[in-house]
This record gives sequence, structure tokens and C-alpha cells, in this order.
Amino acid sequence: MKRIGVLALQGAVREHVQMLESLGCEAVLIKQSADLEKLDGLVLPGGESTTMRKLLNRYELLEPIRTLAKQGLPMFGTCAGLILLAKELVDYESHLAVMDVVVARNSYGRQVDSFEVKLDIPEIGEAIPAVFIRAPHIVSVGEGVEVLAAHDGKIVLAKDNHLLGCSFHPELTSDARILEYFVSSMV
Amino acid sequence: MKQTGTELVKRGMAEMQKGGVIMDVINAEQAKIAEAAGAVAVMALERVPSDIRKAGGVARMADPRIVEEVMGAVSIPVMAKARIGHIVEARVLEAMGVDYIDESEVLTPADEEFHLLKSDYTVPFVCGCRDLGEAARRIGEGASMLRTKGEPGTGNIVEAVRHIRKVNAQVRKVVGMTEDELMTEAKLLGAPFELLREIKRLGRLPVVNFAAGGVATPADAALMMELGADGVFVGSGIFKSENPEKFARAIVEATTHYKDYKLIAEISKELGVPMKGIDIAQLSQNERMQERGW
Repeated sequence: MKRIGVLALQGAVREHVQMLESLGCEAVLIKQSADLEKLDGLVLPGGESTTMRKLLNRYELLEPIRTLAKQGLPMFGTCAGLILLAKELVDYESHLAVMDVVVARNSYGRQVDSFEVKLDIPEIGEAIPAVFIRAPHIVSVGEGVEVLAAHDGKIVLAKDNHLLGCSFHPELTSDARILEYFVSSMV
Repeated sequence: MKQTGTELVKRGMAEMQKGGVIMDVINAEQAKIAEAAGAVAVMALERVPSDIRKAGGVARMADPRIVEEVMGAVSIPVMAKARIGHIVEARVLEAMGVDYIDESEVLTPADEEFHLLKSDYTVPFVCGCRDLGEAARRIGEGASMLRTKGEPGTGNIVEAVRHIRKVNAQVRKVVGMTEDELMTEAKLLGAPFELLREIKRLGRLPVVNFAAGGVATPADAALMMELGADGVFVGSGIFKSENPEKFARAIVEATTHYKDYKLIAEISKELGVPMKGIDIAQLSQNERMQERGW
């Protein structure tokens, strides 16, 4: 059974845990660095990236997670998780800075502009529901980074080798195809 | 087709706040302190609840300039309060682009019979509740998030504890019932029948439920998480304490690590004086904000 960590400082932790378990994985809550042992993959959930960053710093999780990412541990960041992974952020200081993408925060406006839409993702499947909540987007990608999906001309799902990041929240829907893609083809 | 303001988009926004602390602020400076401490959102107000108590008179929606100032100061979501049933205050806040509206008993109600039809709005709403009937009626009207009412501005956790225990005990009861018992339960609670069926199917409320109304210390915040709250609102507790920066950080950490008692001991050391509390028994019936709402 694959052991997948879910960063559990704040945000959509329960949803990711349930989805991982429905895919036959063991989900491990990560609250401190000792929890990071023996993982096959790590999910960075949606939530508030500024809050997660403060807590990552205070509990000395930032460096250990960065090291694991550099050692090749597969990671999947959704929304705030993508912001944590990005090498560069527009107008803000970067966090883990491991995924070769430039990300802009709150790209679609405020909560009244948040939306849901169905995306066709050639690599994964058709009509995948995507929920964008005060979502970021990927402004540009580095060499070797695969763009898996775009919406309205903005990149919203990309893969940098063992790192996967999306602007939206697959965990809020009952469609597990993107997470399944991560655990079955990347982990 | 791209759709805004759907139930999923509105409820999802609250799901992203889980495990976090939402702080009352009255200006840009306080908002920045809250964001730096790790708040997941701020509630922009003209006065915190304890000052609303002191001031007396009619409490209304905040001056839009204050809300705007707070929205300009931070990158985290900004919430604001509208009076119960005040359609125009809510529409004004929505038009300004606030991320969440609290239809709040902390303000003087504008309608003593009807709450807002919150499903009509693109912006999501949070509402207070003391029991499952109240919680289910608010969800039925379209609330995307709940919070306990507690007793705002008192620094006394006792009412918030009562409310979260009550709601969760009633949810457990519904989950344990057979289908044929639900209609009578719906009648007794004054709750929509379909919602009780949904609660039974999910095994929990269909929206997140935060604690609010009396959280004054890191231990209070952790207590509410222990009792099953999804997160915590802190009103007067932070900026009425002696050292708001330190207090705000400690409350955020205690909420995340609510079962780590050594850590809570550590962060609670020398925090300075918390807000002065009020014994609920000292409040007259018309001073109890939790009685507002129906």
C-alpha cells in the first residue's frame, strides 16, 4: 500500500485523506517533521498559503520538505499547495521553491469571481470538474515542465518531473481522476 | 461552462479555511498583524464585539471605507458583517467584493422575523447557530458556513462550548436514527427534512462549523477544536489583549496543534493579560446577543 502524506497544518486536509483512502492508499497526516518518514508521496492541500507558510516556518517543516522534493519524492500541490511548490511567485516571496514554474496568486479576482468549470485534460480524461477558489495560475513554466491543462489562456495544471501542481481543487469534487493520475503514474 | 457562486464554490471557500483562525480587525494595521500571525481570514469591523457592548445603541454594517482599507491591506480573504435580514447591507458588501459575509447577531437585527435568502447571492455567507435546528435553517437559506454563536464580546467560552456540544450531539443523534424517524426529528428541531437526510448520509454537517463567541486564550481555541469545531473566530480576544501580535500567533498555533499540550503550555507563557471577561449571568436577557436570530 502506498503511503502518502498530507500536509495537515490547515485547509482541505480531510478531503484529500478521504480521496487517497478511496484510491487504496494509506494517508498520513503531516504536522511536524517527524511525520515525514517513509513516505511514497506528499500532497500539499488547498488552504491559505500565507498561513501554511507561517506554520511551516515555525515547525521547521520547510527545509525537510524542500530536501525531500529535491531528493525526488513525488509531490502534488493543489491551489495553495501549488503556491508552496512554485520556484517563483509574482509579487511575493517564494516558499518551497522546488517546482520550475512562476505562479501568480489570486489571479481570478476575489471570492465572488471564484468558479467551477469542466476541463478536458488529454493526459488524464475529459470533463474533469475543477473548482477555482480565489485561485492562482501558472504564469510560465521552465524547460522540461509539461503543461497538462489550461483554462481561458492560463496554465492551471503542470508537471515538473515528480512534481505536480494545479490551480484548482480536485479534492472538493467526487472525481478522483487527477489524484489517481498522481498516485498511479507518479508515485 | 464557467459558473460562479455555485454551492460548491461557496462551501468550498469555507473548506479552505478549516483548521484556521479568523480574526476581527478594525483597520489596516490590525489586519496586517493578523495576516502576519497566520490568520486564514480577517473580519473587517467598525468595532469589536466588546466595544459594541460598551457603545450600546444600534450596531450596523461597518463604514465601507474601513472594509475597503482592510481589503487593500492584506492578501488573505476579508469578511464583513451585515445585520440579520438587512438585504441592502449584504448587497453593498457583495458589490464591494468582500469574500464572505457574516449575517451576524453581533449587529442589531434589521428583521425580527426573516433571515436573508443567502442562496440568492454570489458571495458566500456564514451564520451563527446554537443548535442543529438553527444550523439547518441557516443552511436551508443558503449559508455556506456556520459558527457557534457563543456570547460575543464576553471573553467567556462557556456559551460557545454549550453550542458546539449541542450541535454535535444533535448531529450524532440524527446520524444514528433510522430513515423513518427523521421527519419527526425535523419537526421537533424546526429543521428542513432533506437536510437531515443529507446529514445522516454524510455523517456530519454539509458545511464547516467554526467556533465563535468568547474565545479569549490559546487554550480556549484548542478546547473548541477538541470539541469538534473546524476552526475558530476570535473577536475581541486578540486586539483587546495586552500583546496582540504574540496573542494572535499563539492562538493560530494552538488551533493547528490543539492536541499538543506541551506546545500550548509553551506558547501560553507570559502572554500578558487577556481581555477582561464577563460572567454570562451578569448579562440581562436583552444584552445576550445569542438570543438574536430565529
